[in-house]
Parts: sequence; structure tokens; C-alpha cells
Amino acid sequence: MNRIMKHHLFWPLTMLGALLLFNLFHSPDFFSIKMQGGHLYGNMIDILNFGAPLILVAVGMTLVIATKGIDLSVGSIVAIAGAMSCMTISKGEDQNSLSLVLMAVGLALVLSLVLGLWNGLLVTGAGIQPIIATLILMVAGRGIAQLITDGQIITLSSPKYAYIGTGSLATLPFSIFIVAVVFAAASLLTRKSALGLFIESVGTNPQASRLAGIRSNIVIVAVYMFCGLCAGIAGLLLSSNVSSADGNNAGLWYELDAILAVVIGGTSLNGGRFYLSGTLVGALMIQTLSTTIYSVGIAPEITLVVKAFVVLAVCLIQSESFRKAVIRRWKTRHYPGEKEVTRHA
Amino acid sequence: MINMIDRQPILQMSGIYKSFPGVRALKGVDFRLFAGEVHALMGENGAGKSTLIKTLTGVYSVDEGKVLLDGKAIRPQSPQDAQEVGISTVYQEVNLCPNLTVAENIYIGREPRRFGIIQWKEMNKNASALLSERLSLHIDVSLPLQSYSVAIQQLIAIARALSISAKVLILDEPTSSLDRNEVQQLFAIMRKLKNEGLAILFVTHFLDQVYEISDRITILRNGEFVGESLADNLPRIELVSRMIGKELNLLEEMPKSQHEEHAESDDIWVEASNLGRTGAIEPFNLVIRRGEVVGLAGLLGSGRTEIARLFFGADRADQGKLKFAKSSEAIRSPRDAISQGIGFCPENRKIEGIIDDLSVRENIILALQATRGWFRTINRKRQDEIAEQYIGTLNINPPNPEHLVKNLSGGNQQKVILARWLLMQPELLILDEPTRGIDVGAKAEIQKLVMSLSKRGTSVLFISSELEEVLRVSGRIAVLRDRRLVKEIEGQDISPHHVMQAIAGG
Repeated sequence: MNRIMKHHLFWPLTMLGALLLFNLFHSPDFFSIKMQGGHLYGNMIDILNFGAPLILVAVGMTLVIATKGIDLSVGSIVAIAGAMSCMTISKGEDQNSLSLVLMAVGLALVLSLVLGLWNGLLVTGAGIQPIIATLILMVAGRGIAQLITDGQIITLSSPKYAYIGTGSLATLPFSIFIVAVVFAAASLLTRKSALGLFIESVGTNPQASRLAGIRSNIVIVAVYMFCGLCAGIAGLLLSSNVSSADGNNAGLWYELDAILAVVIGGTSLNGGRFYLSGTLVGALMIQTLSTTIYSVGIAPEITLVVKAFVVLAVCLIQSESFRKAVIRRWKTRHYPGEKEVTRHA
Repeated sequence: MINMIDRQPILQMSGIYKSFPGVRALKGVDFRLFAGEVHALMGENGAGKSTLIKTLTGVYSVDEGKVLLDGKAIRPQSPQDAQEVGISTVYQEVNLCPNLTVAENIYIGREPRRFGIIQWKEMNKNASALLSERLSLHIDVSLPLQSYSVAIQQLIAIARALSISAKVLILDEPTSSLDRNEVQQLFAIMRKLKNEGLAILFVTHFLDQVYEISDRITILRNGEFVGESLADNLPRIELVSRMIGKELNLLEEMPKSQHEEHAESDDIWVEASNLGRTGAIEPFNLVIRRGEVVGLAGLLGSGRTEIARLFFGADRADQGKLKFAKSSEAIRSPRDAISQGIGFCPENRKIEGIIDDLSVRENIILALQATRGWFRTINRKRQDEIAEQYIGTLNINPPNPEHLVKNLSGGNQQKVILARWLLMQPELLILDEPTRGIDVGAKAEIQKLVMSLSKRGTSVLFISSELEEVLRVSGRIAVLRDRRLVKEIEGQDISPHHVMQAIAGG
């Protein structure tokens, strides 16, 4: 039992389970999945589908945080990638031409990589603290997205582009497959190559890593580029979902949800050990929470407050020292004969 | 001296037990401390010294046992708790804030305030008074802490402890980074504080210092209490034998005439010509031959570490160059040095050596994996074999490759870093203070290792604050003074007298 509780996925999974259980009691058909016209429908599918962009961003964020960094610009990159692809497609003759859509996707992803490279170079080359370095793009990025779209909200009529976010494959939403591929690639890249070891090493102790011969700058730049790429893919999903690009609101506050997902998943903001599977569970939990809030019917003006309280509860339950304090309280209450240890002033 | 038998100890720890997963660190240890004495706590690595101190200062909680301070049971839950009841600790690595001023460091969290506003003048005045009255230290307290030497910083840490009205002062390896004069300065202050009635618990690995300053000695071995004795009644030889058990003669057995056994070769492996770095080390010339052990002797801050760092590319030289016999490449980074076949165990192993959240296995293979790049991975089976092999040959304890390095004792961490470089089969191994803060037994092991490396043709650049150690292992000694390489002593000329004279100069 103790070993199970010590596992890094124990608390994230418990929280997710508790949230799902609550839903089961509240609306027994929460878990029901229906087949309609060759597609699966249901709350669980929705959570996976709508959670896809967050999972993508959070996976990239996990690696950045593992290097003792943080990337605040992911929300802006989401907006820029969406703007870039929509702009390219809207300029085309035939919005539904496959080559045009592919080119748009390619351009958007290359741009995301470049933005990640920019972040990485600011952190390594210029030696700016990650939170400030990425703050620059977080603020400027919204402007860049608006520049690309010329301050307008671009709307498309391109079924091929819409497929990315709304299409389905083998009865499941296509976005789930994108997430699966990115997640698998990230896991393979970090666990089957030495990159994971280098990321953890650099994140734990950059100085010692350098003296052990690790090129920490390259590791860090690579990680920011990967994070940018993930955010770019998420941006494609989101803009494809609504067939439009909104430089102002696309991906707004995504960085915060992503950081939260990483932390809930057990990766420390101090860098070092990281858990991609934990991040997956964390992101799913946040999405489940959002879905729950809607399905329970909480008034829209207080949803953020409710979300904040649940997040607070989750963080407290995950905190080992908080748990210990509660247990101590509880024990001393039950055995009044045993005096609490006295401290001398 | 006051008769201590009649008095109650100010601190009494009895039957202390403490276990960690897989390790029983303390098995019923007793310890007592009287007011007005300096009490040395002695033991090898893993004897339980650190654990005992950490239970006393609230870093760990005890599993079993009693701690009485002034006759009252205490159970501190945190270092703050311990400080409140009057137990303060000054660690080997000063844990103050280097960029705050001296006065701020002393009063941080307890700044004198009036109407909520910090009274800077009053704080500085109090700090000055405290330092000059109790420690006879007259310095400008409004300068940042980092503008003073480690020795002064340590005294400031002591002043901070005193200002929180300490009854018990724990000095954990305070002298390991101090030079001779600084140690004397510290001892003078310890004597003064002792006479004022403070109880001082002193941990060190230097036997000389133990006998110079301590009134009483407690010995631990493998987490057990071995004995307590007045320092005057405990001959050195007995102390050592009780600390290390039967391996008493390990050190004495080390033949003094090791230099002759060195593989004599004129085969130059690397030559530093006019190598220097402004503000760190004046330009110097130094040749290292294949299979040779070159010792660097000098006081702390004389430029020993700086030379090592230049050889390894950890710092960039701004003049002169390193010429390798086999290639003409320049060294710009540790990576370059590693590809030339150089390994480096840095002085400050916590900051520059170990990656503390990673396991022993990962720490050992790190440098090898770094040279192989991202994709040529060492498969897991091979990693396990490597880890097992070095845990065996270097006697790393606990012998578990998946143990996190941060949970190892200092000596074992040092062995892990050694393993990392031995695995690379370096042609030149730079050891900067490899035996600092580790016990007599492990020291002898490391010295032996240096010998065997040299016999196999590996050159070693050996740096140590312990002169006797440098003398024992080196075939040639480069002496440094005030950031300048002043003399090289070789072969039969190597003697303590010679080297000391060169260090002292004049």
C-alpha cells in the first residue's frame, strides 16, 4: 500500500478518479458513450477531444519546467500558429485544396519552432531568466498574431482544415490521435534517447552538468523549441475547431492551465525529475473539472471561483506536509490521553 | 577547570534511534554536552555524526530516545525550533545570503523595527558591536557578505547564532576550508566563547585540531556509541583505532617512499605555457608527464583550484595555452577537455559535482553518456553493470545503484564522482580536494587509488589542503603562493620542510 501511495501517479490519479466519481453521482449518464452516424459521442470523448490542446501544451511545458525553466509564451504561440495557418489558407484561391492546407500547417509549425528557438536563445544566449524571457513573447505574441491577421478575426470555409480539430478517425476524434502521436514521440525521445537524462541533469544542477560535459545550452534550446512546436500544434487544433483565427483570445491563459497540469502531475517547478504521464493525468483532470463545472450547471460568472477552489484543494491534498499536518491533528484529536509534544520557548 | 562530574550536562541525548529506508543510521546513541566545554564528535563516514546533529537541530525527528536541554525534554521539529530553544548550527558550507550585507545576514528575520520600519542604523550598530565585542572582529557590516573570505563568513554565521542567544553551538566541519591562520583565529574565538559558558559541539576530521581545542571527545562508529572520554585521557592512537575499528594501520602502512614507484617517463602529456587568467592566476608554466602525479601545494586561495579549472576548461584562460602531445586542439570548455581525456573532480562537489536528484547509476554514467550524445545510449543492462562494478570497487555505501545521490554521505558522493571519471578512463585526472570532509579510511582508499592510476599510466593533478597527503602521493609538487606558481619540487627534494618553506616564501 505504502509503495502504491509513494508512486508519482498515485495522487494525480486519485484526484482524477474522485472528480469522475463525483460526476457519476451527479449525473449517472456521465460515462455513457453513444454511437451516432459512425462517431462516438459522450462526456468522456469530449474530455479527451477538448482536452487535446491543453495536453499538447502541457507536454511541452513539462520538459521546459524540468530544465528549471518556464514558458509563459505558449498561449501566444497558440494564437500565432492559428493566425498563421488561417491567414495562409484565406489568401489561397481554393481554401479546400490539400496542398494549401498542408502548406499552411507547415508554415505555422515552422513559425512555432522559430518562436521556441527565440525563447531558447533568450534563455541560454542572453542569459535572461526564463520567466522574463518568455514573458516578452507572451506580451508581444498577441500583437504578432494581430499583425498577421491584420487585426481581424479570420474565418475560413475549408473542410480539410476543419478536419484537424473536428474530424474523426475510426470513430474517434482526430485530435486524440494527434495527442497520442505527440505524447508517444515525447516519451520515446526522452526515455529511449539520453535527452531525458540530460534534461533532468541540467534542471537539477546546471553547473555540474556542464562540468560533466553536457552541452546544456543545446538541451535547453531544444526543449523550448519542442515546447513551441507543441503549442503550435495546439494552436492548429483550436483554430481548426472553430475554423477561424482570433489573435486576441485564442489560447488565452493556456500557459497557466498548462503549468498547473504539470505541477499536478508531480513535476516540480524546481526542475529535475519530470513525469509526462503525470502531466497527462493533470491535464485530463483540469479538462474534466471544466466539463464538470458546465455539466453541474454552475453559474458562468462564478465558474472561475469554483475552479480555483477545486485547484486549491487538489494542491493541498497533493502536498505531503499538508497531509502530515492533517493526520497529526486527527490523531491527537482521537487520543486525548497522549499529550502533544510540548515545545519550549 | 571546573569539575565536570558534579555538574549537570546542559544537553543530554540518550538512546537515540533513527532509521532511514534501508539504513539504521543511529542505534541507541548517547551524547552529553556540558556548558563551557568544546566537545568533539568523532567518527568515520556513516558513523552517524551528521544524523545525530540533524536530529538535534530538528532537521530529522528521532524515532526513539530522549533529548534533554537544561533538564527539559525537547523535540525540535525544525532548525528554527532548535534555534528558539538555544541550539544553533554553523555548517561547513556557510548557508547565509551572500548578496545581503553582513548586518542583514545577522539580523535577517529579526530586524530591529520601530513602528514597523527597519532601523538600519541601529541594526548596523548592533551588528558591529556584536562582532567586535564577542568575536573581536572589526569589519564594515554594511558590505555584502560575499565581499569577505569564507573564514570571516563563518565567524559571521557564528555571530548570528550567538545573537539568537545560543546555549549550544554546533560547528560542523568549520575548519575544512580555512587556512592555518584562520583556524587559529576561529579557535581563539571558540576558547573565548567557551569561557563565557557556551557549550560547543565541534565536528572535524583533523586530528590535530581535535586535540588542540577539545576538552572532551565522543566517538561514534556505524551508528553506535563507542565511547566518551576527556581529550587528555585519550591517546591519538586509541582515538583512531576506536573510530575505524581494526583497520587502524591503513594509513601508517602507506609507504612514505611512494615517489620512487612512479612510472618514470619523460613522455610529456600536456604542457601549459604562460597559461593564465586575469584575477585568478598569474601566467605559469607546468608540464605533466604520462603517469605522473603532480601535486599542487599552497594555502587556500593561492590559485590551486584556478590552475585545475584552466586545465579542464571550466574557466577560460585569457593568455597562454595548453599544448597536448597528441593534438593541437585548444580547450574552450569542459567538453573539449573531456574529449582530450581529462577528468575533473571539483572541490565543491555539492555544487559542481553531483546531480543530487539523480541516482547513483545516472550520476556515474553521465559523463560517458554526454560524450556519446543523445542517441547513442548506453543500454540499461550495461548501465547496471557499470554501476555495480564501481559500487563494488570503490565501496560505495549503500550499495544500491538506484539510491538518490543526495541521500549519500559526503565521502560516498565523492566516490560517485570519482566513478564517473574512472569510467571515462581518463589520461589526466584532476582531483581538487578529493578527500575533503571524508574520513581517514576513505582518504587512504583514495590515496591508494591515485597510486594505482599512476602505475597504469594515468597522470594525476592532485590538490589538497592537507600537506602531508600531497607529499605522500606526489612525484612532483608545484607550490603556489598568492596566485603565482613559485616553485617546483621534485623527487628526493620533496620534504615537508622544503614545501612549507616554498609556501611561506622569503
